[in-house]
Amino acid sequence: MQAPKWLSIERRPIPSGRTIFTVSILGIVAALIVMAIFFAAYGVSPARAYGAILHGALGNWHGFSETLRRMIPLLLIGVGLTIAFRALFWNIGAEGQLLAGAIAAAGIALFSGLPDPLLLPVMFIAAFAGGAAWGLIPALLKVKLGINDVITTLMMNYIAIYLMEWLIHGPWKGPTARGFAYTDTFARAAWLPTIYGTRIHWPTLVLGLLLALVMYMLVSRTRSGFEIRVVGENPDAARFAGISQFKTTLLVMLIAGGFAGLAGVGEVAGIHHRLLGPLNISMGYGYTAIIVAWLARRNPLAVIITSFLFAIIISGGDVIKVSLGLPFQLINVFNGLILFFLIGSEAFIRYKVSFSFRRQ
Amino acid sequence: MASDGVNLSVRKGEIHCLLGENGAGKTTLMRILYGLYQPDEGEIVLNGNPVHISSPRAALSYHIGMVHQHFRLVPTLSVAENVVLGLDEGTGPFLNYRQTGKKISQIADKYGLVVDPQAKVWQLTVGQQQRVEILKALYREADILIMDEPTSVLTPQEVDQLFSTLRTLVDDGLTIIFITHKLDEVMEISDRVTILRKGKAIATVNTADTNKPQLAELMVGREVVFRLEKNEVNRGEGLLVVDDLHALNDRGLPALRGTSFDLHEGEILGVAGVSGNGQRELAEVLTGLRHASRGHVTLAGEDVTNRSAREIADASVAYVPMERKKMGTVPNMTIRENLILKSYRQRPFSHGMFLDNNAAEENARRAMSEYQIMAPSIDTAVKVLSGGNIQRVVLARELSGDPRLIIAAHPTYGLDVGATEQVRQILLAQRDRGAGVLLISEDLEEVMSMSDRIMVLFGGEVMGIVDAGGAEIEEIGLMMAGERKEEVESASTEVA
Repeated sequence: MQAPKWLSIERRPIPSGRTIFTVSILGIVAALIVMAIFFAAYGVSPARAYGAILHGALGNWHGFSETLRRMIPLLLIGVGLTIAFRALFWNIGAEGQLLAGAIAAAGIALFSGLPDPLLLPVMFIAAFAGGAAWGLIPALLKVKLGINDVITTLMMNYIAIYLMEWLIHGPWKGPTARGFAYTDTFARAAWLPTIYGTRIHWPTLVLGLLLALVMYMLVSRTRSGFEIRVVGENPDAARFAGISQFKTTLLVMLIAGGFAGLAGVGEVAGIHHRLLGPLNISMGYGYTAIIVAWLARRNPLAVIITSFLFAIIISGGDVIKVSLGLPFQLINVFNGLILFFLIGSEAFIRYKVSFSFRRQ
Repeated sequence: MASDGVNLSVRKGEIHCLLGENGAGKTTLMRILYGLYQPDEGEIVLNGNPVHISSPRAALSYHIGMVHQHFRLVPTLSVAENVVLGLDEGTGPFLNYRQTGKKISQIADKYGLVVDPQAKVWQLTVGQQQRVEILKALYREADILIMDEPTSVLTPQEVDQLFSTLRTLVDDGLTIIFITHKLDEVMEISDRVTILRKGKAIATVNTADTNKPQLAELMVGREVVFRLEKNEVNRGEGLLVVDDLHALNDRGLPALRGTSFDLHEGEILGVAGVSGNGQRELAEVLTGLRHASRGHVTLAGEDVTNRSAREIADASVAYVPMERKKMGTVPNMTIRENLILKSYRQRPFSHGMFLDNNAAEENARRAMSEYQIMAPSIDTAVKVLSGGNIQRVVLARELSGDPRLIIAAHPTYGLDVGATEQVRQILLAQRDRGAGVLLISEDLEEVMSMSDRIMVLFGGEVMGIVDAGGAEIEEIGLMMAGERKEEVESASTEVA
């Protein structure tokens, strides 16, 4: 097939940082425009809707603090996912890894009987281990048996969801919960401190920022980071250079799963102080973080910015529900649109498309 | 230029072989006939009329069908679905499977192309998949069938079956153009043969009037081989001993069948042979990238059979792989990073778990000037470099640390004249330094001018090893066609 004369498509050998940035912004703008149609369909002026979202998410201290606390799980998971995606391991299972971390942390909080000062540190370690274990299973299945990582990581999500449902309906159901399906409240020593008057469990936020920096260093400055990039960019060359795909894949999923697990402990120890339904704990942070990592172009430091952007959108969901009376699920539509346009914009990063309407 | 002023005329109802080495332009020529490429000059005349074949669809309308070397089938669909794929059967959106199945069975029975129309393609053997490709062409009423190296994937039994099918087709009035580089096949199946070399048609002869030595000579050329300026060989100690090596190829078929040879320090052993005769597998087994099922590789007295790629690299073995973008480099990473791809774990490039970017930078600057790598900076991604510059990056990396053994596979393939010359000089300098070089190349001229000894591989076996000084190109051509050195020599004695 031949392209028409007024259209020319050229390959960009190496897209510049500016190109990537501009195209990404344009992708988001395109999503905003399409989203405006949805708002209009609900009879709400798009300008008013976006205004309300921005005001609600950033315009006052309460809204801003809610945005920051939404950012915490997105940041932790997003940073981990950039590492997995660097090695071309398609981890769609951060949601399940988060829940596995939450379950592990709740188990320690409720049943370990550890002395108070040890409780939180051990919960963090357990959450990392839980998330990592959930991530390592698909990693092993991929490198040992060649099973598709997208499918296994996705399926592991459901296992985590139903495991959690079973626990809160069955063995872990709290005697003091008056018939509701959740566990007892954790002891005070298992609560994460929050910034006064907010739900920002700041130790987790600090940890997330720190890990973003550490992972940036890992990717750019260490042997392991070099190996991760080579495996992701050219598995044949990795084999030739004697880099073990096995070890590298396990490492990236240890990181990605573990960090998602940390997001899980943040939610149960920082917000809910008990284990409750999977939807109450996560609402899809694990899926949204995929877009966060992708928009950051797999750069751990850039996740700090993109996780904040998506936290605004999630906070905006509360706003459009409360002040505009629209369904919260519209936010999922918005997230979907952004991912759609981001992936679509890849073509514009790799190719330069120009039009000329002059007569031939 | 892949096709350069080629004249080819094929008669109706014949099997016409196109014979040539890899890169001689056979496939390009056929892709022009099938409408995949457009010729820059010249014309195609079909049954006396000039035709313009703008696409495979147009080729089909002229009843030209092609069976590609790598099949174009959808594995999850059935044979019948694959056969009618893309055809407008005039039945609306639904296929009439009973009718198409019946028609397919009719064609299949007629030409001995036994295959179940309802079977899924992924369940079929390679030979059966090829039959589906032929069925596809016949279902579209092809009169001219182009077959691109059809035997390269088949077992000997399947080859026999294919040949009998082809004969039936020709008896039925079809014309077959058969692309190959195997002399035996030409002699067995064709009526006439056109020999291509470097994009030019050298000659067209009746198969009955020719023989294998003549074809071999036409195929590899008779030009005076350009002799490189090089120092006298200074053979040192024995370095590499390969003994009765066996290995399978990616399809699980035997690729090396008892290969044995030895290589000394300070010499270049050239490996000649038509591609697909075990060269790739030999290089991969020697570098730890492929498992040897039998036999031994001994490096400087130490058995290194089936050691890992890393262990072999650490034993001072360098490898210049044939696919420099697919395996030799990481195209999206920078020159600096590609240059430490194998040594990043060692000092000075890493301290503990951290990489030393300064050391890598210094290394890159030195390599760029020493090997004349032309690039804007050391942080340029390798993928934007020319083939010659990519190869310089590979050589700079592989030859750092003065390796004892260098395995170079097609080191000048696709390079321009200047880069080719430079790569050859670099390899010769390594030999003079005392390294043993195993030079695998399809460019016979290169093998003959660079090597001190020449080994010819055929079907995964060594046909013979000759001194490059006294090597006759006819002798090598015959060995490339599968005659053993002893046979060649006894034959020439008889003539004398």
